[in-house]
Amino acid sequence: MNIYGIRAIYKFEMARMWRTLMQSVASPVISTTLYFVVFGSAIGSRMGDIDGISYGAFIIPGLVMLSLLMQSISNASFGIYMPKFSGTIYEVLSAPVSYLEVVIGYVGAAATKSTMLGIIILLTARLFVPYEVMHPFWMLAFLVLTAITFSLFGFIIGIWADGFEKLQVIPLMIVTPLVFLGGTFYSIDMLPDIWQKITLLNPVVYLISGFRWAFYGVSDIHIGVSVAMIVFFLLACMTTIWWIFKTGYRLRS
Amino acid sequence: MQPDISIQQVSKIYEGGFHALKNINLDIQKGEIFALLGPNGAGKTTLISMICGIVNISEGRVLAAGHDVIKDYRGARKAIGLVPQELSTDSFEKVWNTVSFSRGLFGKPPNPAHIEKVLKDLSLWDKRNNRIMSLSGGMKRRVMIAKALSHEPQILFLDEPTAGVDVELRKDMWAMVRKLRDNGVTIILTTHYIEEAEEMADRIGVIRDGEIILVEDKERLMAKLGNKELRLHLQHPLASVPESLRDEPLELSVNGYELVYTFDAQREQAGVARLLRHLGEQGIDFRDIQTRESSLEDIFVDLVNENKS
Repeated sequence: MNIYGIRAIYKFEMARMWRTLMQSVASPVISTTLYFVVFGSAIGSRMGDIDGISYGAFIIPGLVMLSLLMQSISNASFGIYMPKFSGTIYEVLSAPVSYLEVVIGYVGAAATKSTMLGIIILLTARLFVPYEVMHPFWMLAFLVLTAITFSLFGFIIGIWADGFEKLQVIPLMIVTPLVFLGGTFYSIDMLPDIWQKITLLNPVVYLISGFRWAFYGVSDIHIGVSVAMIVFFLLACMTTIWWIFKTGYRLRS
Repeated sequence: MQPDISIQQVSKIYEGGFHALKNINLDIQKGEIFALLGPNGAGKTTLISMICGIVNISEGRVLAAGHDVIKDYRGARKAIGLVPQELSTDSFEKVWNTVSFSRGLFGKPPNPAHIEKVLKDLSLWDKRNNRIMSLSGGMKRRVMIAKALSHEPQILFLDEPTAGVDVELRKDMWAMVRKLRDNGVTIILTTHYIEEAEEMADRIGVIRDGEIILVEDKERLMAKLGNKELRLHLQHPLASVPESLRDEPLELSVNGYELVYTFDAQREQAGVARLLRHLGEQGIDFRDIQTRESSLEDIFVDLVNENKS
């Protein structure tokens, strides 16, 4: 194992975050704060409780997930896209590091950032809405697992993307709708029957449901299913990355 | 002795079907400076990229420092430092950080003293806290060399190291390369500046259209293929080459003031003396004498053209 190699990549990526602290931390905090102000405090105060939880508190897990997914994807995809774009990827490709070490470095840094961000957003939310965390261990486990999984997904997008547009497209056109339709703002029980079934195809439903369970002990879907889904998605991403490095897809001609 | 780099029956066919390299066989010995010479698009960079793991190998295998570059990529890559042709740098990084990053990436524990030495050797020490984007092109090139040397490689690839570099830096770089070689580092350099190969290389390989058409000791190559020219500036113009000298390889310039005698630098020692004697006997006076050895460039152009036809 090339520990120094992993550390070099990880440190490099973290340094990039400190350099771009404003974008990395401030903007998601601001946008999430806006959600809490509008949906949590303003509109939320006129909404009834869902599953015995006040609306403001109900949307917290979903909003944290929204930021977590977006940040994981954009951090990780940008992290690997930039060296490809600037050409500095040559060094990583010619270094004695295995694909696993490269992934641990890049994805580890991206997941660290987004986990930190998730926690910052949770703390910010506390300023607007009082909430309790029933299962803190599971809450953290979901946070970290989701951060890792979607950083892996972002890494794949970063390798696949051959232009800045593509980097933006997936988070905006796919992740945002999946999160909004994944039960951030409602319980899926509230949907018509047919939509309840369709919605189960949305992987984000499982994340939000599981995450919400960790907070309030209630969920749309059994917690075991949520955990299984996220592990499944994690393995799928790992397999794709293994294939990418084996064939050199979009990395090595 | 085991060669430091052993390229065995290596071919590269790109996805589109382009045959970039055709059955390359080449051994490079430890501690030598090997110059890979060839026109643009001949396959120099492709060959280096395959050895370093940036481009997939279609056929054949490569050993670097005794390690198969695919099966034992860690062993092979640890031994290799690469300075690519393109100036690819992390613009926002500081010089010191980017060089330390490279060392870590190649699996070496931090060693500030070594980094300091590399930066000083390359006259980058004063710039160590500068962001790379604030450096000039030549300085960026130095940073890339520093990165390649950060992990103390045993083999160094320099892909067009002096492209777009001013004379001073070029001289510096040549001196640095020689110093590295003296310390036992094997150096493979690609260039299309013949001057560079002539100045530095121990051995020269010429590559054209994906094939190595010649590998030879530089001295021997120049001796073998090199011609010498003797130019005689005449006191009075001649209308034609004198009858008695018709059999000699002589040419008369258009204005009749210059006689050019071409001879093989190795063999015909007596030819010059005989010619001068003849001229004396004929009463042909000359003001000045000049000899010129054909450069590697002439050899190269001849070679490439010869193979084309």
